[in-house]
Amino acid sequence: MSAVPLIEVENLRIDLDAQGKRVPAVEGVSFRIDRGETFGLVGESGCGKSITALALIGLLRRPLSIGGGTIKFEGQDIRKLSTSGRRSLRGNRIAMIFQEPMTALNPVSPVGRQIAEMFVLHKGKSWREAKQLAVEALAQVRVPAPARRVKDYPHQLSGGMRQRVMIAIALACGPDLLIADEPTTALDVTVQAEIIELMRELCAEKGTAVLMISHDLGLVANVCRRVAVMYAGRIVEERNSDDIFRTPSHPYTRGLVRSLPRLGSRAAHGQTRLQEIKGVVPAIAHFPVGCRFNPRCPEATDICRQVEPAEELLAAGGLVRCHHHG
Amino acid sequence: MLAFASRRILQTVPTVLAVVLLIFVLFSVIPGSIISSLSDDGRGPMDVQVVERMKKELGLDDPVHVRFTSYISRLAVGDLGTSFRTREPVGSMIAKRMWPTLQLIFTSMLLAIVLGIPLGFIAALRPGGIVDMASMVGAVSGLSMPKFWLGLLLMYLFALTLGWLPSFGYGDGSLKYLILPAVTLGVSPMALLARTTRAAVLEIMTADFVRTARSKGMSELRVVKWHVMRNALVLILTTIGLQFGALMGQAVVVEKLFSWPGVGSLLVDSVLQRDIPAVQGSILVAVFFFLAINTLVDLLYVVIDPRIKYT
Amino acid sequence: MSTLSTVSTVLAAKWRVKLRFNLVVGGTLFALAVFVGLFADWLAHTDPVMDANLLNAEEPPSWKWWFGTDAQGRDIYSRVVHGARISLTVGIVSQFINSIIGISLGLTAGYFGGWWDDFVNGLTNLMLAIPSLIFALAIMAVLGPGLTSLLIALGLTNWSFTCRIARASALSLKTQGYVQAAKVLGYGDLRIMTTQLLPNMLGPIIVIGTLGMGGAVLAEASLSFLGLGIRPPYPSWGSMLSEARDQITTAPWLSVFPGLAIFLTVLGLNLLGDGLRDILDPQSRSTRV
Repeated sequence: MSAVPLIEVENLRIDLDAQGKRVPAVEGVSFRIDRGETFGLVGESGCGKSITALALIGLLRRPLSIGGGTIKFEGQDIRKLSTSGRRSLRGNRIAMIFQEPMTALNPVSPVGRQIAEMFVLHKGKSWREAKQLAVEALAQVRVPAPARRVKDYPHQLSGGMRQRVMIAIALACGPDLLIADEPTTALDVTVQAEIIELMRELCAEKGTAVLMISHDLGLVANVCRRVAVMYAGRIVEERNSDDIFRTPSHPYTRGLVRSLPRLGSRAAHGQTRLQEIKGVVPAIAHFPVGCRFNPRCPEATDICRQVEPAEELLAAGGLVRCHHHG
Repeated sequence: MLAFASRRILQTVPTVLAVVLLIFVLFSVIPGSIISSLSDDGRGPMDVQVVERMKKELGLDDPVHVRFTSYISRLAVGDLGTSFRTREPVGSMIAKRMWPTLQLIFTSMLLAIVLGIPLGFIAALRPGGIVDMASMVGAVSGLSMPKFWLGLLLMYLFALTLGWLPSFGYGDGSLKYLILPAVTLGVSPMALLARTTRAAVLEIMTADFVRTARSKGMSELRVVKWHVMRNALVLILTTIGLQFGALMGQAVVVEKLFSWPGVGSLLVDSVLQRDIPAVQGSILVAVFFFLAINTLVDLLYVVIDPRIKYT
Repeated sequence: MSTLSTVSTVLAAKWRVKLRFNLVVGGTLFALAVFVGLFADWLAHTDPVMDANLLNAEEPPSWKWWFGTDAQGRDIYSRVVHGARISLTVGIVSQFINSIIGISLGLTAGYFGGWWDDFVNGLTNLMLAIPSLIFALAIMAVLGPGLTSLLIALGLTNWSFTCRIARASALSLKTQGYVQAAKVLGYGDLRIMTTQLLPNMLGPIIVIGTLGMGGAVLAEASLSFLGLGIRPPYPSWGSMLSEARDQITTAPWLSVFPGLAIFLTVLGLNLLGDGLRDILDPQSRSTRV
């Protein structure tokens, strides 16, 4: 284990200003990511994983704001940095790619220019040099005929190509951390695997750490070394990806794992229904009392309905937030 | 690109023909009243023979299609007829007045763009701020204000009370005569542009690609310069194009108010005096001009927005 | 409910304040204008046309003559009050005509399609190629001045937007399930159009109607100002301003009140229209927070 973790988040709280009241959307979130590590953040929509990522890169806008806790990058609390200090990290040391590649790119600017911007912004290159570097960047993400593609506009490219462009932009300056927020959700299944593979290879090559955010536990467990599961603004379990898949501790994680259709399960177990988790994700201002998962938990007891469980370290490694973890 | 341009220009031809036809139909409804309007200048009932001669001269007795063909053929060579009032060829009357009208319209538009767009930008970049509230209230007011009222008030204030500017007319053509009319005419397009710019910029600022730009580590200023402006321009250009039409209609009123010797005041005077050929000619010129501007804006659009395919 | 939808609800609350402002202020101004127009006979102090006493000519505003008097000695206040009746009548009636024409053409064009649609489209393009005020001028040239020709001119030149909206709505609505169901039940085309399609496109049409009324009031004032609409001695706000222009050095107050009346009425209609648009037609919001 290296000395100083790349990212260390402690007790992060993100508030939402709703009609005059401040409500925490994300609370008590702590995790660390080491250099070159792949870390996954999983949860249903509305659990707060995306805004946690936005907080890391400093892109939270009104009415969301960081309400407490620390975010340390290489040991330095980035909340204490000036605006320009934070800006120099963005894109340069911490980069992000988003879910919808079509809308994430400027429709009236050629993709080559959008990549070149990175070199002009952070590496002090001239536009001419930057455009040349952009062609090389495109080649790196395996876009065919990069010299020609550089002049294309986003609407002329397919979804997979656009995401490659996004990756090229993100990795252009050799950042230490790449945050990928649902990078393949909007893509065709066949393209998904290619993009994931590309990301994995490039990041391994450059030693870039990856924070992968997804609702797809299977995908994340495959790609990342460690996985954290979020529910209703809290991390409920964090384990090595093998362990979390084979022996999930938290009832929610178990529900997630069970709900995945498995190849060969029909041969092994006969025809069974897909298991779902009953109920819906609670709204931000209306989190249940006690453990936030208790209304939907098949193993809930009285203590679950009254007291919120604290984080407990597990013997085999990792942590879980449950009164009845298995 | 050239092929597209020529195709687009060709597309206006049916509209042009339709307008020509419409004008013809409109004014051929009143052959009888042409004569009666002529005799309306109070000189008493006209001699029957004179009436007959005029009818022949104007070709009013010929069947419709003959009149139409002669109308078209004359139009094709630029002959817009002869004014009833001044007996001058309408074409030369209009030609003399083209420049003042063009001056007025383009100056107003320029004013509207130069003041309205930045105002809209600033309002959008600080939504809910003082500039935003004030300029939006101002914008609605500007749109609701009758131009001739504003013109009168400005005239009273700046010309008659303060004496800084001349109160009407073209004078020697120097700038100070242009100021009041241009400002009066420019207020409502400015208001509309401010509103449209604000809406466009707000919409763009919340777009995904702006978030991407920010995630690249760009300062807000750069984000606006490199990403927001071009996209906003696309939305704003449509408004500018549409505004020209409204501007031309309202220029008529402003010209009359300030006794500005343009095509607009010619049109009004001709209508008041039932000088049909002059009315016809002015309207045709106005419409052609408007169509030309629209076509130009369309072509500009293609240049600016790469999403429009022009193959 | 996800974080994103909560965030957008919060942002939405801010423009609700603006919405209330628009509706309240706009509605009040418009209601005031209508009230004045309806009860002009009781609100006015004198007869606006007949009570002209040259001895009272060109009096500045005072307790006796609230807005002063004009060159003929007529009470400006009474004339402004009666002007409300005229201007609003023209505004409402001409917009009504515009809506009827626009809806009939647009709805049928969208619903039936084919050559009729092409024809209506061509006609609309033609109308849009001619600036409306200029077209109105042309028609007034043919018909001569006066109230009826004014109504005809304004009614015939401003229907294009309504037509476009009606057509677009018809096109998107006619594929809806309930329309197909009506057809299967044997409803006639006219019945389908009036009972199924029309009620669903009323929202945007009301918005355009309100804003259009503002435009019609402005247009009437402009035409009257030019001497082509309502002519003196009848008290149209526009023609009053035209007279005021001649007296601007001797009686500047003449220029203030009729214009103010036009301004407030149109402002009210514009604000009201904006507010209605935010409720009825959220996709084309012109203002956002």
